[in-house]
Amino acid sequence: MSDSYQSFEYDVLVIGAGGAGLRAAIEASAAGCKTGLVCKSLLGKAHTVMAEGGIAAALGTLDSRDSWRQHFCDTLIGGNFANHWRMAQIHAQQAPDRVRELEKWGAVFDRTSDGKGNINVRHFGGHTYKRLAHVGDRTGLELIRTLQDKGVHSGIEVHMECTIFSLLKDGDRIAGAYGYFRETGRPVLFKAKSVILSTGGIGKLYRVNSNSWECTGDGFALAYLAGAELADMEYVQFHPTGMVWPPSVRGLLITEGVRGEGGVLKNNKGERFMFKYIPPKYQGKYADTEAEANAWFQNVVVEGQKEETVKERKPPELMSRDVTSRAIWTEIKEGRGTEHSGIYLDIASRRTPEDIKRKLPSMYHQFKQLADVDITKVPMEIAPTCHYMMGGIKVDPETQMSTVPGLFAAGECSAGMHGSNRLGGNSLSDLVVFGKLAGEHAAAFAKAHSTPKVDESSLIQMEKEMNRPFENQGGEVSYSLLADLQTVMERGAGMYREEALLDQGLKDLTALRDRLKKVSAEGNRLFNPGWHVALDLRNMLIVGEAITRAARERKESRGGHTRTDCPGYSKDFAKKRIVVRQNNGSMEVVQEDLPQIPLELENELIQEHLLKPEIMKQLRGEAPMVS
Amino acid sequence: MAKVHLKVYRGNSEGGELRDYDVEVDEGMVVLDAVHRLQATQASDLACRWNCKAGKCGSCSAEVNGKPRLMCMTRLNEFEEGQSITITPMKTFPLMKDLATDVSYNYEVNKKIPPFTPKDGAKWQWEQRDVDRSQEFRKCIECFLCQNTCHVLREHNMQGQFAGPRFFARIASLEMHPIDALDRTGLLKDQLGLGLCNITKCCTEVCPEDIHITDNAIIPLKERVVDKYYDPLRILWNRVFGS
Repeated sequence: MSDSYQSFEYDVLVIGAGGAGLRAAIEASAAGCKTGLVCKSLLGKAHTVMAEGGIAAALGTLDSRDSWRQHFCDTLIGGNFANHWRMAQIHAQQAPDRVRELEKWGAVFDRTSDGKGNINVRHFGGHTYKRLAHVGDRTGLELIRTLQDKGVHSGIEVHMECTIFSLLKDGDRIAGAYGYFRETGRPVLFKAKSVILSTGGIGKLYRVNSNSWECTGDGFALAYLAGAELADMEYVQFHPTGMVWPPSVRGLLITEGVRGEGGVLKNNKGERFMFKYIPPKYQGKYADTEAEANAWFQNVVVEGQKEETVKERKPPELMSRDVTSRAIWTEIKEGRGTEHSGIYLDIASRRTPEDIKRKLPSMYHQFKQLADVDITKVPMEIAPTCHYMMGGIKVDPETQMSTVPGLFAAGECSAGMHGSNRLGGNSLSDLVVFGKLAGEHAAAFAKAHSTPKVDESSLIQMEKEMNRPFENQGGEVSYSLLADLQTVMERGAGMYREEALLDQGLKDLTALRDRLKKVSAEGNRLFNPGWHVALDLRNMLIVGEAITRAARERKESRGGHTRTDCPGYSKDFAKKRIVVRQNNGSMEVVQEDLPQIPLELENELIQEHLLKPEIMKQLRGEAPMVS
Repeated sequence: MAKVHLKVYRGNSEGGELRDYDVEVDEGMVVLDAVHRLQATQASDLACRWNCKAGKCGSCSAEVNGKPRLMCMTRLNEFEEGQSITITPMKTFPLMKDLATDVSYNYEVNKKIPPFTPKDGAKWQWEQRDVDRSQEFRKCIECFLCQNTCHVLREHNMQGQFAGPRFFARIASLEMHPIDALDRTGLLKDQLGLGLCNITKCCTEVCPEDIHITDNAIIPLKERVVDKYYDPLRILWNRVFGS
């Protein structure tokens, strides 16, 4: 009954307590706003906890050549110029301050061994200089724990194990959110003047993924249903190195840090094949012979020499994820894969067991415990896994506000920062930079606006919808629908896409939507995972449709989006963004102009040799790619 | 495909029992995979907390054949073929439903610990060896298995007087931080019950991150409490010269 719901009122409500949500809540509370934080799992256990490689920031602690401008350009090149330039700029400029702030809040990063005792930074794919601050291979844990411990003393009210089912509006602007507590199934109303969505990614839509249970794209669906625009939904990142064996660990991530510490990729012939796959945008920046790559490894990784002093270039295993994933996939497809359809990632023959255990302890542990494989003795078997969503809720680059007044988004669920492909390390920094900005501006919005009205009669309808699985008798269980969705997405909008498969995918999704209407939940509302999955599926189907429609619209290949029927970059799409929104109850796809980097800034960066005009022409589809 | 026999606790704070289930399993599966199969095929409302399935989030803590374990890190091939696998919730925390317990006690204790407070004018440059000790404790994934296992909480129910191993480790990481300015020794002695620990080391045994809680956190903290409050020479000095 509608009078059995709990009710809370806040100035700012943050949905999602990963790195971005926590940072946003801390900022909103510090600005004097009564702040509520809602999360599906227990506090401190969001998917952020799994990030391993590090947090990217141009701190310059190990290479004085680094600067925000280089980081900015690396991000644009990594994103194949599909980024919102202004978000990438703000990110590069503000990341160093956010990292130093984490330290002030108690984060303990690994230190440099040059006697100066600064924050240690490591190499990562697509970053020109060492710039990933890290703690062994558990940087995500460090980040979320630091923010959690800070947040707990920041006056934020936390509601754990609470899932939001719908956002509420007062006319055009946001008015709050409605959901349920997982433990009791009891509904809850959160009234708020501004709402920040920081709900993470969509990995659970794909069969082979590296994501946690809670990554079901909730924020994307909530925003879409509230009338906000989504952008870049076609850009799904498939991380090159996921585990493949045994089946129970398939998809689990192996950090890029393994390659940063000297790990190499080999096919079943023992060849280091990455040398064959260096694309034009990276030519000249990476070693083109094994001898050069090995010399770099010996000098920089093993002996710790400063990179600016060595003449060799980095190994091609350190290129960006889209390039590496495609290379691995091609090798497997052409029959040079392992017995379990993977590729070898070998660090055993490169570093001593002591070094491996010291620099990559949780990798060592993960393989030993889960796969009974000792990575100090044998190579790892890997293959690409669905890992990250570059697309999401379209936001204003300065304020992080979506197209719905009062609704903000930060972190993985927002779009634009990473373009068509995210560089490793840029997510953790994205969380704290844009989490802080979203918190700041959501607080300002709340202060500048009156309390919105919530139409409590609309809650009756929502409660009915939430209860529908219990009303449906004898229908299928939600888990089988989830498994089928994952198969549909893998086939229809996976790593390699083409129009016929995308069209079929849309048909399959429509059939799944019909099946969802009849799904039943058994038992009662108390902590009932089968019921929870049935509700999450509504969100997943919306996100799946958005990805598929956007992928169909973009008739080119760029970053994480590969169209086998439209290879290469196209001039018609290089300066466009695909936007998805609700129109009269159905999903509409439009092309919009992607804001371009101001010419003055572009020319400066070219003068500084940070951007190459020939590469930019190719990425803009104005010149053919020279392979 | 093989079959495995599970005995899973079903119930809530009012009562419950172990129920028998036979589940088909594949090579390399862990206990959590078997639980997921069970949910998908026979018991869709089986309450079970999990998130990452990779031993990083600490959500899937339970007791497997009586031992406190993370379900995602317990391989099925650890058990004999034909052996039954009993899965019960963590005993120390109030039961919510089936395998999910109310772990809010831990979050309450955390709020009592004054957070990291840097010394004024401190240097922010440290050697790796200065931070190694602190970093060991920061590996904690808050699985709460140590809290669940410690007899002071598990058998003697001294919640309210005893913070538990996880929080002694947290305080150790703060006290051993190169530039933390606070002294939490008094808090440990008076409100957090450090003295109640009698160094049976069960916490260390169950920690999935292999943190040496007793040897590296609890004993050094006990030594600090003793130094500050129980050293007769110091007490005499303070009496004569003022503390």
